[in-house]
Amino acid sequence: MSSVPSLSPAFDRLRAAATGRRFTAGRAAAVIALLSVVLIVAVLFSLTVGSTSAGILDLVLPSRASSESATILMRVRLPRILLALAVGASLSAAGVCFQALLRNPLADPYILGISGGAGLGAILSSALAAGAGMPLTLLRPAAAFAGSLGAVMLLLAMARRHGRLLPETMILLGVVMNATIMAAIMFIITMADFSRYAGTMYWLLGNLTSPTPAELAMVYGCLGPGVLVLALLGQGLNVMTGGEELAGQVGVDVPRLRILALLAASLITAAAVSMAGLVGFVGLMVPHLGRAWLGPDNRLLVPASALLGAIILVMADTAARSLFAPTQIPVGVITALFGGPCFLWLFARHRPGEGTAA
Amino acid sequence: MNGPPAAVAARNIGFSYRETPVFRGIDFTVAPGEMVALIGPNGSGKTTLLKLISGAVAPTGGGVTLSGKPIERLSSGRKARLVAVVPQETGMTFDFTVMETVLMGRTAYLGRFGVETHEDIAVAQEAMRRTGTLQFAGRLLSHLSGGERQLVVIARALAQKARLLLLDEPTAFLDIKHRMEIYDLLLGLNAEEGLTIVTTSHDINLAARYCRRIVLIKQGLIRADGPPDQVFQPELLSDVYDTPLHVMTDPATGIPYALPPIVPTAPAVSRGGFPHPKTIR
Repeated sequence: MSSVPSLSPAFDRLRAAATGRRFTAGRAAAVIALLSVVLIVAVLFSLTVGSTSAGILDLVLPSRASSESATILMRVRLPRILLALAVGASLSAAGVCFQALLRNPLADPYILGISGGAGLGAILSSALAAGAGMPLTLLRPAAAFAGSLGAVMLLLAMARRHGRLLPETMILLGVVMNATIMAAIMFIITMADFSRYAGTMYWLLGNLTSPTPAELAMVYGCLGPGVLVLALLGQGLNVMTGGEELAGQVGVDVPRLRILALLAASLITAAAVSMAGLVGFVGLMVPHLGRAWLGPDNRLLVPASALLGAIILVMADTAARSLFAPTQIPVGVITALFGGPCFLWLFARHRPGEGTAA
Repeated sequence: MNGPPAAVAARNIGFSYRETPVFRGIDFTVAPGEMVALIGPNGSGKTTLLKLISGAVAPTGGGVTLSGKPIERLSSGRKARLVAVVPQETGMTFDFTVMETVLMGRTAYLGRFGVETHEDIAVAQEAMRRTGTLQFAGRLLSHLSGGERQLVVIARALAQKARLLLLDEPTAFLDIKHRMEIYDLLLGLNAEEGLTIVTTSHDINLAARYCRRIVLIKQGLIRADGPPDQVFQPELLSDVYDTPLHVMTDPATGIPYALPPIVPTAPAVSRGGFPHPKTIR
């Protein structure tokens, strides 16, 4: 009945020991504190790495504080790191939510086409707003939100139509949805003045740049409430993994939970996608990593996965901009290089026919 | 009305599944403290009736009250405190521990931040002790046997602290020892703690042994409702199950049981040349 892959009896015992501890406020606080410390270390490390020699010392030493290096750190690197942090956290928390809500261990905003929906909205708004000369800081995320919500609704409608949608079938739907969305995006790019969207190809692969303060405020404005809502819905999401009927019977207001969770998860996915494009597999890998360590309780898994995802994407983007400097690789290339095989591994361990959808 | 309201009162309920009527206006009432078995062939409507009285599906006609309260006006949280359900399918997508699973029964009692109190833990532990699953508390659900898992699911329902317990085929796929274990547990809960219990069962003889009231359903109609010796009429059972059944009485208890008649002896040599196993002496 379990869909979580098991490596070996030893690993199972380890996991049982880890999951044998149930959710308490103290345990949650300890895990979150530990991950926060690691995240701070990752951010500081990332600040020191880059194509110029600027480092932390440029901020700390008064003699260098006003130097060009300090400007690079504060105006270029830090915003980008903060964006990587938010994108990783958003996609991971959304992944946890979709996996629980759709009862599908293979769910991920990217694979299911939810990121694609957000991307289509973002591109469409960019193409239209460029013509009308409108500011994009809020319009683009709003259009991305509409797109991601549309994709989720379509998935749910398909699941309802078939009563029970197998995880594999849902992935197939995601593949078709992604292909259609890509075609639509390519159509829009071709019809619009392509030269204006030179960065679009990078964006489609998932790429981080240095955002403006307003853009950062937008992303964090979505991330904070979104993750908070999902964490507070944690026990409801736990019960939902046993099906909507069970959830209703133990006292969950299922329609309310579903709407709140889908709105929150779609919102943070959209905010991430509108800034960083289609970064794939983070929302798949990180929740499984978190579950292997902490167990499946979503009350802890949501915040822990957000922090884990933040750490992983900050590190992935550090690699993306420094490994082959001065050439920068889109961070989505790195996450896909790791995430693709990870998906295959999960898929191979997954026993077909298990788990059901809404 | 005298005395406490019925634990369950379904009046004139109709229900259709995809245009096909399952029930066309039936009445079904359970008094507090009763232990009732719903029996009948596959597709007779037993599970649907359970879903109607648990509020999982809404009737297309008539109404259901739980302890006198119309079920459609109860919030899911209040409903969960009145009625607990042990469903037929118990699959979880992810691997929770026994403790985590049983604590899910406390969902309706959790505060805004969704953290269990000491009382929730105590209730869950009591439910596990009652079902003999406390020893597994830290184990993963997937590492338990089918029988143990079913006891955990019952513990989760008990943790809801509802006075009405509905079970859908709680003994399906279990061997005779585990079936008895489940029924002994249900009888104990009914007799000692006064829980009202309604269970569906394909094991009609076990149901007759443990339940003082048997409700026989076929094609959405209640064909008989009463103590086992009243319901276990050979013609009635044979007709409802559409197969010949003999009814006998256990001389020790006076409780009836039904069995198919003796298999007619096959010809000594079948077409393949091998003797029928029943004819080997």
